[in-house]
Amino acid sequence: MSAPSPEVWVYVEHLKGSVAPHTYELLGRGRELAQSLGGRLVAVLLGRQAADLARTLGAADLVRLVDHEQLEAFTPDGHARTMAALAEQHRPHLVLCGATSAGIDLASLLAALLQVPMVANVRAVGVEDGRILATSQLCGGKLLCDVEVPSGSVLAVLAGAYPAEAGMSTGEPPVETAAAPDLLARVRAQVVRLIEPAAGDVDITRVPVLVAVGRGIQRKENLPLAEELAALLGGAVCASRPVIDQGWLPLSRQVGKSGMTVKPRLYLALGISGAPEHLEGMRQSELIVAVNTDPAAPIFTVAHYGVVADIFEILPALVAQLAKAKRAA
Amino acid sequence: MKIAVLLTMVPDPVEELEIDPSGTALDTQWLRYVLSESDDHALEQALLLKERHGAQVTALALDYGDVDQTLFTALAKGADEAVKIAPAPEGSVTRHEAAAIFAAILRRRPADLVLTGVQAINDLDGHLAGLLAGLLDLPYVGVTRSVEPAPDGTVLVQKEYPGGVAAEISVPLPAVIGVISAPQPPRYVPVARIREVMRTRSIGTEALPAIGAQPVPAIRRLYKPTAAGGATMLAGTPEEVARELVAVLVDRGVLR
Ligand SMILES: Cc1cc2nc3c(=O)[nH]c(=O)nc-3n(C[C@H](O)[C@H](O)[C@H](O)COP(=O)(O)OP(=O)(O)OC[C@H]3O[C@@H](n4cnc5c(N)ncnc54)[C@H](O)[C@@H]3O)c2cc1C
Repeated sequence: MSAPSPEVWVYVEHLKGSVAPHTYELLGRGRELAQSLGGRLVAVLLGRQAADLARTLGAADLVRLVDHEQLEAFTPDGHARTMAALAEQHRPHLVLCGATSAGIDLASLLAALLQVPMVANVRAVGVEDGRILATSQLCGGKLLCDVEVPSGSVLAVLAGAYPAEAGMSTGEPPVETAAAPDLLARVRAQVVRLIEPAAGDVDITRVPVLVAVGRGIQRKENLPLAEELAALLGGAVCASRPVIDQGWLPLSRQVGKSGMTVKPRLYLALGISGAPEHLEGMRQSELIVAVNTDPAAPIFTVAHYGVVADIFEILPALVAQLAKAKRAA
Repeated sequence: MKIAVLLTMVPDPVEELEIDPSGTALDTQWLRYVLSESDDHALEQALLLKERHGAQVTALALDYGDVDQTLFTALAKGADEAVKIAPAPEGSVTRHEAAAIFAAILRRRPADLVLTGVQAINDLDGHLAGLLAGLLDLPYVGVTRSVEPAPDGTVLVQKEYPGGVAAEISVPLPAVIGVISAPQPPRYVPVARIREVMRTRSIGTEALPAIGAQPVPAIRRLYKPTAAGGATMLAGTPEEVARELVAVLVDRGVLR
């Protein structure tokens, strides 16, 4: 077997004609990694009539493109099997994809098809003495694990781990079109339709103040406490995934990876641990205040102000103080 | 339809986690394990399919921590069969190893649909569902929030894409599905019902299969992140904290 070429690959995620912002984060970091490894940065673009997107991928030395109708919308089977076929041919040194809802499916399937190591939830990746080191975030951010990654590995990198700007150069990167692998004929899962998010009663991406509740709110019956506070602040209530999964609030109120990305003037996080998937949707908020009983909750790493306390003690006191302040104004 | 639900025990996220003296693993001496949250949704998804369309549901788990309790709970919730893969593997099991073990078991007892959670909080070297699908060479879709049988013998799944968009995907069987949420919250069973099931039903076993070496990254260090120190922490009585917070909001112009 020939020695692997020092190519660093970035899997290009795109939806409805736009490249995901996260891909630029990977391209920016990939650029540096390729340099440290003395190799080139290759953006792997799979889609249908997706060649136009290549122009936004100028940070890469090369765009490797596979155009096929089966690749139009992401399916783990179509995209991972095509990636696997390309990887068997070119033997990349490292494959970077996003720890996104597409990327986590792609990365695991690809790692199994290629029988190579994978690292999930990567929050940092670097090169030391020619070796690739990655830091993975475990238990919702309560633990970190440094691992040494053999050549050929697949990394699923968390959103926000690197700035996107470095990967955002445009231009005319060389495009190498690869033939669709025969196996696409065998791909079995088919996208039937895309389902757009149902418009909610409130558009939380436009509200200046968000009172966000997490599992710490404990019961649906406790939600009015948060509603009252939100009303006093002229804002709305939103939530982390477990609250939405319980059916206590509609999907349009979910903040995070699978929900909305918000950037309000104030984000008040009540009983939210701060898992990476949640942080992804709110870390850009102008002012973040977090209340949590656990002093080690990762939410405090992004908060500007933190309170280690029971939300059921803080909430009524805050409502009272705000009502007082409003009366005084 | 035969459904296999794979259940993984993970460290209880509510507990304090301690690193062992090697600095590369968790100290398991006092570790409490709970069922991985998205596996609980996978089980709920399987039970909904059974109730609405008829299916034979088998819960499968590696012998780990308090797994008997979890398997009896699955029976109490409505699973037809619960199977423990025993004896417990030595040391901790990587996801690649778990996938290889489950792949061997599922070759022995094939299912039409394999459901498991799309991720677990301690996933380091990958996510079980995708790894397993690759090893078994089965169609795979993960991050699903609903799975419904279609008249043509496939299943229609809703997979989450970013930003609240989802895709409806048709998947022929047999297939592996990585569930993030079931269409309804996982059901609750009273402890009395679980106790009754413990008296009247039993857990089956499958022998732990031998698997070859799996490709995994080498762990150098496991540690707790040092606090970023970014947050200004407010302390005092709830009233004091509330007063300070209101002052911050006024100062920042959030309160008008
Ligand atoms: C593909 C994928 C997509 C995902 N998408 C999203 C997403 O869009 N949005 C999202 O939020 N999550 C998402 N998740 C889930 C995410 O991983 C976490 O499970 C989730 O964010 C945890 O929510 P939480 O913080 O409310 O709950 P937990 O992690 O259970 O935290 C609850 C917190 O409340 C604290 N607490 C408990 N009681 C009190 C009290 N009385 N007072 C104060 N504090 C208290 C606890 O200390 C704890 O920190 C996704 C996961 C995956 C795999």
